[in-house]
Amino acid sequence: MEQKPMSFMESLYLPAIFKGMAITFMHLFKKKATINYPEQQRPFSPVFRGLHVLNRDEEGRENCTACGLCAVACPAEAITMEAAERKSNEEHLYREEKYAAKYEINMLRCIFCGLCEEACPKDAIYLSETFAPSSFTRKSFIYSKDELLIPHPVNEPEKFAAAKGAREARQKN
Amino acid sequence: MTLLFTMDLMLVLEKFLLIGAVISFALVVAMYTTYAERKIAAWMQDRRGPNRAGPFGLLQPVADGVKLFFKEEIIPLASNRFLFVLGPALAMITAMLTSAVIPWGEYIEILGRKISLQIADVNIGILYVFGVVSMGVYGIMIGGWASNNKFSLLAAVRGASQIISYELAMGLSLISLLMMTGSLSLKTIVEQQMNGSWNIIYQPLGFLIFIICVFAECNRTPFDLPEAENELNFGYHQEYSSMKLGLYLFSEYVNMFISSAVMATLFFGGYDIPFVDETALTASLGANLTALFCFLALFAKVLFFLFVFIWVRWTIPRFRYDQLMDLGWKKLIPLALANMIITAVVMLLIKN
Repeated sequence: MEQKPMSFMESLYLPAIFKGMAITFMHLFKKKATINYPEQQRPFSPVFRGLHVLNRDEEGRENCTACGLCAVACPAEAITMEAAERKSNEEHLYREEKYAAKYEINMLRCIFCGLCEEACPKDAIYLSETFAPSSFTRKSFIYSKDELLIPHPVNEPEKFAAAKGAREARQKN
Repeated sequence: MTLLFTMDLMLVLEKFLLIGAVISFALVVAMYTTYAERKIAAWMQDRRGPNRAGPFGLLQPVADGVKLFFKEEIIPLASNRFLFVLGPALAMITAMLTSAVIPWGEYIEILGRKISLQIADVNIGILYVFGVVSMGVYGIMIGGWASNNKFSLLAAVRGASQIISYELAMGLSLISLLMMTGSLSLKTIVEQQMNGSWNIIYQPLGFLIFIICVFAECNRTPFDLPEAENELNFGYHQEYSSMKLGLYLFSEYVNMFISSAVMATLFFGGYDIPFVDETALTASLGANLTALFCFLALFAKVLFFLFVFIWVRWTIPRFRYDQLMDLGWKKLIPLALANMIITAVVMLLIKN
Protein backbone atom coordinates (compact mmCIF):
# COMPACT_ATOMS: atom_id res chain seq x y z
CA MET A 1 0.00 0.00 0.00
CA GLU A 2 1.41 3.31 -0.96
CA GLN A 3 0.83 6.17 1.39
CA LYS A 4 1.08 9.48 -0.39
CA PRO A 5 2.14 12.48 1.68
CA MET A 6 -0.78 14.79 2.42
CA SER A 7 -1.37 17.76 0.19
CA PHE A 8 -1.51 21.17 1.85
CA MET A 9 -5.30 21.27 1.91
CA GLU A 10 -5.42 17.78 3.38
CA SER A 11 -2.88 18.54 6.07
CA LEU A 12 -5.01 21.41 7.30
CA TYR A 13 -7.61 18.78 8.34
CA LEU A 14 -10.20 21.48 8.13
CA PRO A 15 -11.74 20.87 4.68
CA ALA A 16 -12.18 17.18 5.52
CA ILE A 17 -13.69 18.10 8.88
CA PHE A 18 -16.19 20.45 7.31
CA LYS A 19 -17.19 17.84 4.74
CA GLY A 20 -17.73 15.33 7.52
CA MET A 21 -19.75 17.82 9.51
CA ALA A 22 -21.96 18.49 6.49
CA ILE A 23 -22.66 14.78 6.19
CA THR A 24 -23.63 14.41 9.85
CA PHE A 25 -25.79 17.50 9.59
CA MET A 26 -27.65 16.03 6.63
CA HIS A 27 -28.32 12.92 8.68
CA LEU A 28 -30.33 15.00 11.11
CA PHE A 29 -33.06 15.25 8.52
CA LYS A 30 -33.08 11.72 7.20
CA LYS A 31 -35.60 9.03 8.05
CA LYS A 32 -34.93 7.24 11.35
CA ALA A 33 -34.45 3.51 11.43
CA THR A 34 -35.97 3.05 14.87
CA ILE A 35 -39.19 1.10 15.47
CA ASN A 36 -41.23 2.63 18.28
CA TYR A 37 -41.80 -0.45 20.42
CA PRO A 38 -44.37 -1.13 21.93
CA GLU A 39 -46.53 1.04 19.69
CA GLN A 40 -45.10 -0.52 16.54
CA GLN A 41 -43.73 -4.03 16.37
CA ARG A 42 -41.32 -5.65 14.02
CA PRO A 43 -43.10 -8.23 11.85
CA PHE A 44 -42.01 -11.80 12.53
CA SER A 45 -41.55 -14.58 10.02
CA PRO A 46 -44.28 -17.27 9.74
CA VAL A 47 -42.12 -19.89 11.44
CA PHE A 48 -41.36 -17.77 14.49
CA ARG A 49 -41.21 -19.87 17.66
CA GLY A 50 -42.79 -18.09 20.63
CA LEU A 51 -44.88 -19.21 23.59
CA HIS A 52 -46.31 -22.70 23.82
CA VAL A 53 -50.02 -23.40 23.40
CA LEU A 54 -51.83 -26.62 24.35
CA ASN A 55 -54.34 -27.42 21.64
CA ARG A 56 -57.97 -28.50 21.74
CA ASP A 57 -60.06 -30.12 19.02
CA GLU A 58 -63.23 -28.59 17.52
CA GLU A 59 -65.49 -29.74 20.33
CA GLY A 60 -63.24 -28.31 22.99
CA ARG A 61 -61.63 -31.49 24.26
CA GLU A 62 -57.95 -31.33 25.15
CA ASN A 63 -55.70 -33.12 22.71
CA CYS A 64 -52.88 -33.87 25.10
CA THR A 65 -52.70 -37.50 26.33
CA ALA A 66 -49.67 -37.09 28.61
CA CYS A 67 -47.63 -39.53 26.54
CA GLY A 68 -44.42 -37.74 27.56
CA LEU A 69 -42.84 -37.55 24.12
CA CYS A 70 -42.44 -33.80 24.36
CA ALA A 71 -40.75 -34.10 27.75
CA VAL A 72 -38.32 -36.63 26.35
CA ALA A 73 -37.65 -34.59 23.23
CA CYS A 74 -36.99 -31.38 25.14
CA PRO A 75 -33.22 -30.75 25.19
CA ALA A 76 -33.48 -28.42 28.15
CA GLU A 77 -35.75 -30.69 30.25
CA ALA A 78 -38.26 -27.92 30.69
CA ILE A 79 -41.49 -29.96 30.51
CA THR A 80 -42.87 -32.03 33.39
CA MET A 81 -46.23 -33.76 33.53
CA GLU A 82 -48.37 -36.12 35.54
CA ALA A 83 -50.88 -38.38 33.86
CA ALA A 84 -54.38 -39.25 35.11
CA GLU A 85 -57.22 -41.47 33.99
CA ARG A 86 -60.35 -39.97 32.51
CA LYS A 87 -63.47 -40.48 34.62
CA SER A 88 -66.81 -41.25 33.01
CA ASN A 89 -68.25 -37.81 33.56
CA GLU A 90 -65.34 -36.04 31.96
CA GLU A 91 -65.75 -37.28 28.41
CA HIS A 92 -66.39 -33.83 27.04
CA LEU A 93 -63.15 -32.56 28.50
CA TYR A 94 -60.54 -34.94 27.20
CA ARG A 95 -60.20 -36.86 23.94
CA GLU A 96 -58.70 -40.14 25.16
CA GLU A 97 -58.63 -42.05 28.38
CA LYS A 98 -55.32 -40.68 29.55
CA TYR A 99 -54.86 -36.98 30.09
CA ALA A 100 -52.39 -34.67 31.74
CA ALA A 101 -53.49 -33.73 35.25
CA LYS A 102 -50.46 -31.53 35.80
CA TYR A 103 -48.49 -30.07 32.90
CA GLU A 104 -45.78 -27.55 33.54
CA ILE A 105 -43.26 -25.84 31.32
CA ASN A 106 -40.41 -23.92 32.92
CA MET A 107 -39.99 -20.90 30.65
CA LEU A 108 -36.60 -20.11 32.10
CA ARG A 109 -35.27 -23.45 30.88
CA CYS A 110 -37.10 -23.55 27.57
CA ILE A 111 -34.94 -22.63 24.60
CA PHE A 112 -37.86 -22.29 22.19
CA CYS A 113 -36.41 -24.84 19.80
CA GLY A 114 -39.76 -26.38 18.80
CA LEU A 115 -38.69 -30.00 19.23
CA CYS A 116 -41.73 -30.64 21.46
CA GLU A 117 -43.97 -29.44 18.64
CA GLU A 118 -42.25 -31.82 16.24
CA ALA A 119 -42.39 -34.75 18.67
CA CYS A 120 -46.08 -34.56 19.63
CA PRO A 121 -48.15 -37.28 17.92
CA LYS A 122 -51.50 -35.73 18.82
CA ASP A 123 -50.96 -32.19 17.51
CA ALA A 124 -51.40 -31.07 21.10
CA ILE A 125 -48.57 -28.57 21.62
CA TYR A 126 -47.30 -25.94 19.28
CA LEU A 127 -45.30 -22.72 19.50
CA SER A 128 -47.25 -19.57 18.76
CA GLU A 129 -46.19 -16.10 17.75
CA THR A 130 -46.41 -14.49 21.18
CA PHE A 131 -43.31 -13.15 22.83
CA ALA A 132 -42.59 -14.45 26.32
CA PRO A 133 -43.54 -11.63 28.72
CA SER A 134 -41.21 -10.52 31.50
CA SER A 135 -41.86 -10.99 35.19
CA PHE A 136 -40.30 -10.32 38.57
CA THR A 137 -40.11 -13.72 40.25
CA ARG A 138 -38.63 -17.01 39.07
CA LYS A 139 -41.64 -18.93 40.24
CA SER A 140 -44.01 -17.10 37.96
CA PHE A 141 -42.07 -18.38 34.98
CA ILE A 142 -43.17 -21.98 35.52
CA TYR A 143 -46.30 -22.00 33.35
CA SER A 144 -48.98 -24.46 34.39
CA LYS A 145 -51.57 -26.11 32.23
CA ASP A 146 -54.27 -23.52 32.50
CA GLU A 147 -51.93 -20.77 31.37
CA LEU A 148 -50.87 -22.82 28.38
CA LEU A 149 -54.22 -24.09 27.19
CA ILE A 150 -55.83 -22.50 24.18
CA PRO A 151 -59.26 -20.91 24.92
CA HIS A 152 -62.34 -23.16 24.51
CA PRO A 153 -63.70 -23.05 20.95
CA VAL A 154 -67.32 -23.42 21.96
CA ASN A 155 -67.37 -21.25 25.07
CA GLU A 156 -65.00 -18.51 23.88
CA PRO A 157 -65.02 -18.66 20.10
CA GLU A 158 -63.40 -15.29 19.40
CA LYS A 159 -60.43 -15.89 21.65
CA PHE A 160 -60.00 -19.36 20.20
CA ALA A 161 -60.09 -18.03 16.68
CA ALA A 162 -57.63 -15.29 17.57
CA ALA A 163 -55.21 -17.74 19.15
CA LYS A 164 -55.49 -20.28 16.37
CA GLY A 165 -55.99 -18.16 13.29
CA ALA A 166 -52.46 -16.99 12.86
CA ARG A 167 -51.16 -20.54 13.06
CA GLU A 168 -53.25 -21.87 10.23
CA ALA A 169 -52.22 -18.98 8.06
CA ARG A 170 -48.65 -19.79 8.93
CA GLN A 171 -49.17 -23.48 8.20
CA LYS A 172 -50.68 -22.68 4.84
CA ASN A 173 -47.57 -20.70 4.05
CA MET B 1 -21.74 55.06 59.20
CA THR B 2 -24.99 53.11 59.32
CA LEU B 3 -25.79 54.30 55.79
CA LEU B 4 -22.52 52.82 54.57
CA PHE B 5 -23.43 49.58 56.27
CA THR B 6 -26.79 49.35 54.51
CA MET B 7 -25.22 50.17 51.15
CA ASP B 8 -22.72 47.36 51.50
CA LEU B 9 -25.33 44.89 52.66
CA MET B 10 -27.54 45.52 49.67
CA LEU B 11 -24.62 45.06 47.33
CA VAL B 12 -23.62 41.83 49.03
CA LEU B 13 -27.18 40.56 48.80
CA GLU B 14 -27.38 41.50 45.12
CA LYS B 15 -24.17 39.69 44.37
CA PHE B 16 -25.25 36.60 46.28
CA LEU B 17 -28.51 36.44 44.39
CA LEU B 18 -26.73 36.92 41.09
CA ILE B 19 -24.23 34.19 41.94
CA GLY B 20 -27.07 31.86 42.90
CA ALA B 21 -28.89 32.63 39.68
CA VAL B 22 -25.83 32.12 37.49
CA ILE B 23 -24.85 28.85 39.19
CA SER B 24 -28.32 27.36 39.01
CA PHE B 25 -28.61 28.48 35.41
CA ALA B 26 -25.27 26.89 34.57
CA LEU B 27 -26.29 23.64 36.27
CA VAL B 28 -29.65 23.48 34.52
CA VAL B 29 -28.12 24.22 31.14
CA ALA B 30 -25.43 21.58 31.74
CA MET B 31 -28.17 19.09 32.66
CA TYR B 32 -30.05 19.73 29.46
CA THR B 33 -26.84 19.69 27.47
CA THR B 34 -26.47 16.04 28.44
CA TYR B 35 -30.00 15.47 27.17
CA ALA B 36 -29.34 17.46 23.99
CA GLU B 37 -26.13 15.53 23.40
CA ARG B 38 -27.92 12.21 23.53
CA LYS B 39 -30.76 13.42 21.35
CA ILE B 40 -28.58 15.06 18.73
CA ALA B 41 -26.15 12.15 18.69
CA ALA B 42 -29.11 9.85 18.10
CA TRP B 43 -30.58 11.98 15.32
CA MET B 44 -27.23 12.12 13.61
CA GLN B 45 -27.00 8.34 13.81
CA ASP B 46 -30.44 7.74 12.26
CA ARG B 47 -32.14 6.79 15.50
CA ARG B 48 -34.27 8.56 18.10
CA GLY B 49 -32.79 9.59 21.39
CA PRO B 50 -34.34 9.10 24.82
CA ASN B 51 -38.05 9.71 24.47
CA ARG B 52 -39.63 7.70 27.27
CA ALA B 53 -38.86 9.66 30.45
CA GLY B 54 -41.40 12.46 30.35
CA PRO B 55 -42.67 14.08 27.12
CA PHE B 56 -39.98 13.77 24.47
CA GLY B 57 -37.69 12.39 27.13
CA LEU B 58 -37.23 15.80 28.77
CA LEU B 59 -37.00 14.29 32.25
CA GLN B 60 -34.10 12.05 31.23
CA PRO B 61 -31.39 14.14 32.97
CA VAL B 62 -33.43 13.97 36.17
CA ALA B 63 -33.57 10.20 35.79
CA ASP B 64 -29.81 10.11 35.25
CA GLY B 65 -29.20 12.22 38.31
CA VAL B 66 -31.40 10.01 40.44
CA LYS B 67 -29.61 6.92 39.11
CA LEU B 68 -26.25 8.38 40.04
CA PHE B 69 -27.44 9.23 43.52
CA PHE B 70 -28.63 5.71 44.13
CA LYS B 71 -25.43 4.01 43.06
CA GLU B 72 -23.04 2.66 45.63
CA GLU B 73 -20.33 5.05 46.76
CA ILE B 74 -17.04 3.20 46.40
CA ILE B 75 -13.87 4.68 47.85
CA PRO B 76 -10.99 2.32 47.09
CA LEU B 77 -9.17 1.11 50.17
CA ALA B 78 -5.72 2.02 48.96
CA SER B 79 -6.64 5.49 47.81
CA ASN B 80 -6.01 8.76 49.53
CA ARG B 81 -9.44 9.58 50.95
CA PHE B 82 -9.14 13.32 51.20
CA LEU B 83 -7.75 13.75 47.71
CA PHE B 84 -10.19 11.24 46.29
CA VAL B 85 -13.11 13.36 47.40
CA LEU B 86 -11.34 16.62 46.58
CA GLY B 87 -10.69 15.84 42.89
CA PRO B 88 -14.20 16.08 41.48
CA ALA B 89 -15.02 18.95 43.80
CA LEU B 90 -12.09 20.92 42.42
CA ALA B 91 -13.11 20.16 38.86
CA MET B 92 -16.61 21.47 39.51
CA ILE B 93 -15.41 24.54 41.41
CA THR B 94 -13.01 25.66 38.71
CA ALA B 95 -15.66 25.06 36.09
CA MET B 96 -18.04 27.36 37.95
CA LEU B 97 -15.52 30.02 38.94
CA THR B 98 -15.01 31.11 35.35
CA SER B 99 -18.61 32.20 35.15
CA ALA B 100 -17.97 35.07 37.52
CA VAL B 101 -16.65 37.48 34.92
CA ILE B 102 -19.03 36.85 32.04
CA PRO B 103 -21.36 39.78 31.39
CA TRP B 104 -24.87 38.45 30.95
CA GLY B 105 -26.41 41.78 30.02
CA GLU B 106 -26.11 45.51 30.62
CA TYR B 107 -27.96 46.12 33.85
CA ILE B 108 -31.43 45.64 35.27
CA GLU B 109 -33.36 48.15 37.33
CA ILE B 110 -35.12 46.95 40.45
CA LEU B 111 -36.59 49.50 42.83
CA GLY B 112 -34.53 52.28 41.32
CA ARG B 113 -31.17 50.49 41.77
CA LYS B 114 -29.05 49.61 38.79
CA ILE B 115 -27.83 46.04 39.19
CA SER B 116 -25.15 45.09 36.71
CA LEU B 117 -25.51 41.57 35.37
CA GLN B 118 -21.86 40.70 35.72
CA ILE B 119 -20.81 39.20 39.02
CA ALA B 120 -17.31 40.67 39.07
CA ASP B 121 -16.34 43.40 36.66
CA VAL B 122 -12.62 43.09 37.24
CA ASN B 123 -10.41 44.91 34.81
CA ILE B 124 -8.33 41.77 34.23
CA GLY B 125 -11.27 39.69 33.06
CA ILE B 126 -9.59 37.46 30.53
CA LEU B 127 -6.52 36.90 32.67
CA TYR B 128 -8.80 35.70 35.46
CA VAL B 129 -10.43 33.25 33.07
CA PHE B 130 -7.04 31.88 32.13
CA GLY B 131 -5.95 31.58 35.71
CA VAL B 132 -8.99 29.57 36.65
CA VAL B 133 -8.72 27.33 33.57
CA SER B 134 -5.13 26.56 34.54
CA MET B 135 -6.38 25.52 37.95
CA GLY B 136 -8.63 23.05 36.23
CA VAL B 137 -5.59 20.88 35.64
CA TYR B 138 -5.55 20.20 39.38
CA GLY B 139 -8.92 18.52 39.29
CA ILE B 140 -7.71 15.97 36.76
CA MET B 141 -4.30 15.37 38.28
CA ILE B 142 -5.67 14.92 41.78
CA GLY B 143 -8.33 12.58 40.49
CA GLY B 144 -5.79 10.45 38.70
CA TRP B 145 -3.32 10.39 41.60
CA ALA B 146 -5.82 9.70 44.32
CA SER B 147 -7.22 6.68 42.52
CA ASN B 148 -4.04 4.74 43.19
CA ASN B 149 -4.35 3.07 39.81
CA LYS B 150 -1.68 2.99 37.12
CA PHE B 151 -4.09 3.54 34.28
CA SER B 152 -5.85 6.42 35.94
CA LEU B 153 -2.53 8.08 36.65
CA LEU B 154 -1.44 7.62 33.06
CA ALA B 155 -4.66 9.04 31.79
CA ALA B 156 -4.51 11.95 34.21
CA VAL B 157 -0.96 12.78 33.18
CA ARG B 158 -1.99 12.72 29.55
CA GLY B 159 -4.97 14.90 30.28
CA ALA B 160 -2.92 17.42 32.20
CA SER B 161 -0.26 17.62 29.51
CA GLN B 162 -2.94 18.10 26.89
CA ILE B 163 -4.52 20.95 28.81
CA ILE B 164 -1.33 22.83 29.49
CA SER B 165 -0.17 22.51 25.88
CA TYR B 166 -3.36 23.97 24.52
CA GLU B 167 -3.50 26.74 27.09
CA LEU B 168 -0.45 28.27 25.43
CA ALA B 169 -2.02 28.43 22.01
CA MET B 170 -5.20 29.80 23.58
CA GLY B 171 -3.33 32.63 25.26
CA LEU B 172 -1.37 33.47 22.15
CA SER B 173 -4.46 33.62 19.99
CA LEU B 174 -6.06 35.96 22.46
CA ILE B 175 -3.08 38.32 22.49
CA SER B 176 -3.90 39.44 18.96
CA LEU B 177 -7.48 40.05 20.09
CA LEU B 178 -6.27 42.10 23.01
CA MET B 179 -4.01 44.13 20.79
CA MET B 180 -7.13 45.25 18.99
CA THR B 181 -9.34 45.89 21.99
CA GLY B 182 -6.72 47.33 24.29
CA SER B 183 -8.40 46.15 27.45
CA LEU B 184 -8.66 42.89 29.34
CA SER B 185 -12.05 43.53 30.85
CA LEU B 186 -14.81 41.45 29.24
CA LYS B 187 -17.35 44.22 29.66
CA THR B 188 -15.20 46.60 27.60
CA ILE B 189 -14.77 44.01 24.89
CA VAL B 190 -18.50 43.49 24.61
CA GLU B 191 -19.15 47.22 24.55
CA GLN B 192 -16.63 47.67 21.76
CA GLN B 193 -18.34 44.95 19.77
CA MET B 194 -21.69 46.56 20.34
CA ASN B 195 -20.50 49.85 18.91
CA GLY B 196 -18.34 48.40 16.19
CA SER B 197 -18.69 45.04 14.50
CA TRP B 198 -18.12 41.61 16.00
CA ASN B 199 -14.58 40.46 16.61
CA ILE B 200 -14.97 37.40 14.43
CA ILE B 201 -14.72 39.64 11.39
CA TYR B 202 -11.43 41.10 12.55
CA GLN B 203 -9.91 37.91 13.92
CA PRO B 204 -11.12 34.82 12.02
CA LEU B 205 -7.85 32.93 12.40
CA GLY B 206 -7.70 33.81 16.07
CA PHE B 207 -11.21 32.47 16.52
CA LEU B 208 -10.31 29.23 14.76
CA ILE B 209 -7.29 28.67 16.99
CA PHE B 210 -9.31 29.59 20.05
CA ILE B 211 -12.12 27.19 19.31
CA ILE B 212 -9.68 24.32 18.72
CA CYS B 213 -8.02 25.07 22.04
CA VAL B 214 -11.38 25.22 23.80
CA PHE B 215 -12.15 21.75 22.49
CA ALA B 216 -8.90 20.53 24.00
CA GLU B 217 -9.51 22.31 27.31
CA CYS B 218 -12.91 20.72 27.76
CA ASN B 219 -11.51 17.25 26.99
CA ARG B 220 -13.95 17.01 24.17
CA THR B 221 -13.59 14.91 21.04
CA PRO B 222 -11.44 14.91 19.04
CA PHE B 223 -9.21 15.55 22.06
CA ASP B 224 -10.88 13.26 24.58
CA LEU B 225 -8.04 10.79 24.96
CA PRO B 226 -7.88 11.18 28.78
CA GLU B 227 -11.39 9.85 29.09
CA ALA B 228 -11.43 7.41 26.24
CA GLU B 229 -13.07 4.16 27.16
CA ASN B 230 -11.27 1.79 24.90
CA GLU B 231 -7.89 3.43 24.90
CA LEU B 232 -7.17 4.04 28.50
CA ASN B 233 -9.70 2.00 30.50
CA PHE B 234 -12.03 4.93 30.89
CA GLY B 235 -9.30 7.27 31.95
CA TYR B 236 -8.92 9.20 35.15
CA HIS B 237 -12.48 8.74 36.30
CA GLN B 238 -12.35 4.96 36.24
CA GLU B 239 -12.35 4.44 39.99
CA TYR B 240 -15.14 6.85 40.67
CA SER B 241 -18.73 5.82 41.17
CA SER B 242 -22.00 7.52 42.00
CA MET B 243 -22.04 11.22 42.63
CA LYS B 244 -18.29 11.79 42.40
CA LEU B 245 -18.35 10.45 38.86
CA GLY B 246 -21.43 12.51 38.32
CA LEU B 247 -19.53 15.61 39.40
CA TYR B 248 -16.68 14.85 36.99
CA LEU B 249 -18.97 14.26 34.06
CA PHE B 250 -21.11 17.21 34.98
CA SER B 251 -18.15 19.55 35.38
CA GLU B 252 -17.20 18.73 31.81
CA TYR B 253 -20.59 19.96 30.63
CA VAL B 254 -20.46 23.05 32.82
CA ASN B 255 -17.02 23.75 31.39
CA MET B 256 -18.46 23.40 27.91
CA PHE B 257 -21.24 25.83 28.71
CA ILE B 258 -18.95 28.43 30.26
CA SER B 259 -16.40 28.12 27.45
CA SER B 260 -19.17 28.66 24.91
CA ALA B 261 -20.22 31.75 26.81
CA VAL B 262 -16.63 33.04 26.86
CA MET B 263 -16.28 32.40 23.13
CA ALA B 264 -19.54 34.15 22.41
CA THR B 265 -18.45 37.08 24.56
CA LEU B 266 -15.03 37.46 23.03
CA PHE B 267 -15.74 36.88 19.38
CA PHE B 268 -19.45 37.01 18.73
CA GLY B 269 -20.47 40.14 20.56
CA GLY B 270 -21.65 38.72 23.89
CA TYR B 271 -25.08 40.05 24.69
CA ASP B 272 -25.21 42.21 21.58
CA ILE B 273 -28.33 41.63 19.51
CA PRO B 274 -27.19 41.81 15.88
CA PHE B 275 -28.47 44.69 13.75
CA VAL B 276 -30.22 46.30 16.73
CA ASP B 277 -29.23 49.51 18.46
CA GLU B 278 -29.28 48.76 22.20
CA THR B 279 -29.57 52.32 23.45
CA ALA B 280 -32.66 52.93 21.35
CA LEU B 281 -34.11 49.68 22.69
CA THR B 282 -33.43 50.73 26.27
CA ALA B 283 -35.14 54.05 25.69
CA SER B 284 -38.22 52.48 24.17
CA LEU B 285 -38.69 49.29 26.16
CA GLY B 286 -37.04 50.04 29.47
CA ALA B 287 -33.93 48.53 30.95
CA ASN B 288 -35.34 45.23 32.22
CA LEU B 289 -36.84 44.10 28.93
CA THR B 290 -33.72 45.09 27.03
CA ALA B 291 -31.64 43.11 29.50
CA LEU B 292 -33.89 40.13 28.92
CA PHE B 293 -33.49 40.36 25.15
CA CYS B 294 -29.75 40.79 25.43
CA PHE B 295 -29.56 37.78 27.69
CA LEU B 296 -31.62 35.75 25.24
CA ALA B 297 -29.27 36.79 22.44
CA LEU B 298 -26.29 35.58 24.44
CA PHE B 299 -28.15 32.38 25.28
CA ALA B 300 -28.88 31.75 21.60
CA LYS B 301 -25.19 32.12 20.78
CA VAL B 302 -24.23 29.78 23.61
CA LEU B 303 -26.74 27.21 22.36
CA PHE B 304 -25.26 27.44 18.90
CA PHE B 305 -21.78 26.79 20.25
CA LEU B 306 -23.02 23.86 22.32
CA PHE B 307 -24.55 22.44 19.17
CA VAL B 308 -21.20 22.83 17.41
CA PHE B 309 -19.49 21.01 20.31
CA ILE B 310 -21.91 18.11 20.02
CA TRP B 311 -21.82 18.13 16.24
CA VAL B 312 -18.03 17.88 16.12
CA ARG B 313 -17.97 15.15 18.76
CA TRP B 314 -20.10 12.84 16.67
CA THR B 315 -18.28 13.55 13.42
CA ILE B 316 -14.58 13.28 14.00
CA PRO B 317 -12.57 10.35 15.39
CA ARG B 318 -10.16 10.82 18.24
CA PHE B 319 -6.64 12.11 17.92
CA ARG B 320 -3.81 9.85 18.97
CA TYR B 321 -1.66 11.26 21.73
CA ASP B 322 1.35 12.11 19.59
CA GLN B 323 -0.87 13.66 16.93
CA LEU B 324 -2.49 15.73 19.65
CA MET B 325 0.81 17.03 21.00
CA ASP B 326 2.02 17.62 17.46
CA LEU B 327 -1.03 19.72 16.71
CA GLY B 328 -0.74 21.74 19.89
CA TRP B 329 2.94 22.55 19.86
CA LYS B 330 4.07 22.34 16.27
CA LYS B 331 1.06 23.65 14.43
CA LEU B 332 -1.12 25.84 16.63
CA ILE B 333 1.57 27.86 18.41
CA PRO B 334 3.35 28.93 15.19
CA LEU B 335 -0.05 29.70 13.71
CA ALA B 336 -1.01 31.82 16.70
CA LEU B 337 2.31 33.65 16.54
CA ALA B 338 1.82 34.28 12.85
CA ASN B 339 -1.65 35.60 13.61
CA MET B 340 -0.19 37.95 16.18
CA ILE B 341 2.37 39.29 13.76
CA ILE B 342 -0.17 39.77 10.98
CA THR B 343 -2.51 41.60 13.31
CA ALA B 344 0.27 43.84 14.53
CA VAL B 345 1.39 44.66 10.99
CA VAL B 346 -2.14 45.43 9.82
CA MET B 347 -2.83 47.59 12.84
CA LEU B 348 0.31 49.62 12.29
CA LEU B 349 -0.49 50.02 8.62
CA ILE B 350 -4.00 51.24 9.42
CA LYS B 351 -2.67 53.69 11.98
CA ASN B 352 -0.38 55.22 9.43
